[in-house]
Amino acid sequence: MILDSLTVTNDAFRDSTGWAIKPQGACKAEMCVPLGGLGGDEFDVTPIAERLGMAIVHDEARGLWALGPDSVGQVLKSAEAPDLTLPEWKGGEFKLSSLRGQKVFVLAWASW
Amino acid sequence: MEFVTVGLDLNGWDSAGPWVERAQPTHPSLVDEAHLMDELFGVVNVPSGIWIDEEGMIVRPPETAYPGKVTQLEVWAENPPVTDPDPYLLAQAEETMKIQVRPKKYYYALRDWVANGRESKHWLPPDEVVDRSRPAGPDVSEAAAHFELGQHLHKAGEPDAAVEHFRAAHRLQPENWTYKRQAWSLADPDQKPTDVYETDWLSDIKKYGPESYYAPLDM
Repeated sequence: MILDSLTVTNDAFRDSTGWAIKPQGACKAEMCVPLGGLGGDEFDVTPIAERLGMAIVHDEARGLWALGPDSVGQVLKSAEAPDLTLPEWKGGEFKLSSLRGQKVFVLAWASW
Repeated sequence: MEFVTVGLDLNGWDSAGPWVERAQPTHPSLVDEAHLMDELFGVVNVPSGIWIDEEGMIVRPPETAYPGKVTQLEVWAENPPVTDPDPYLLAQAEETMKIQVRPKKYYYALRDWVANGRESKHWLPPDEVVDRSRPAGPDVSEAAAHFELGQHLHKAGEPDAAVEHFRAAHRLQPENWTYKRQAWSLADPDQKPTDVYETDWLSDIKKYGPESYYAPLDM
């Protein structure tokens, strides 16, 4: 998550990280991490990132930060597939969840 | 079953597009400029396959899904065929052939799951899917943040600034070959030695051994 400010909205944080800020804490799949009241519609991401083990890298010269993924447990918090949305070759964006009802084989490849 | 291919390419369709054009896929073919597949699923090298069932549940997390073909050799065989290949690329192809993969086993396992679903011996329960996914951790998180910044800066026209972040990502998560291979390819399309990075594809494969490239298939 690239940031030009350490103040983020609840929605943007959830959409980028998959962690939803709820009364019981930050939650992803079946996991919740208590935040002791941190959060809100808009908040300083720093203390929440610390609770979740999310690295914050600052490129001071360019006034940018990048928020890394959490350090909790495994990369997959549950077997529920993340809803990947990416540009498609034929145009537009494609949501992985649109294939619900079929078996799906996802193959990551690269030109390099 | 539906195939979904995801090209992890920082330069997007500029890099991935020619290969997709060549393949003329009838399935969804996506491009992932920020390597989100690494953060979301734990991909650390390509090609990696992920199996997802009808309810959107992962039944096998990322594993090596190597097709068993060395693409460079196919390209050289095209008309007119290459008769005097670049020595570095030839050495790359030779090292690639030493990497232990089991394309047939993977292929038949996939077919078995398509046919038999939960009854397939290759179907994994949710807890095991999670356990088999890669561990999260502070260095992994910091590497991903650096890589994302590098990707952002490279696309913003600051490739030199991007290099510093790519170097940090390589140092923090050396087992992530997508970070290395992507960055090397930006310095040189064939990932040959440059003065941008301390190492290159061939040097790293020889240093760490072909067995370090892909995790052994556990199925």
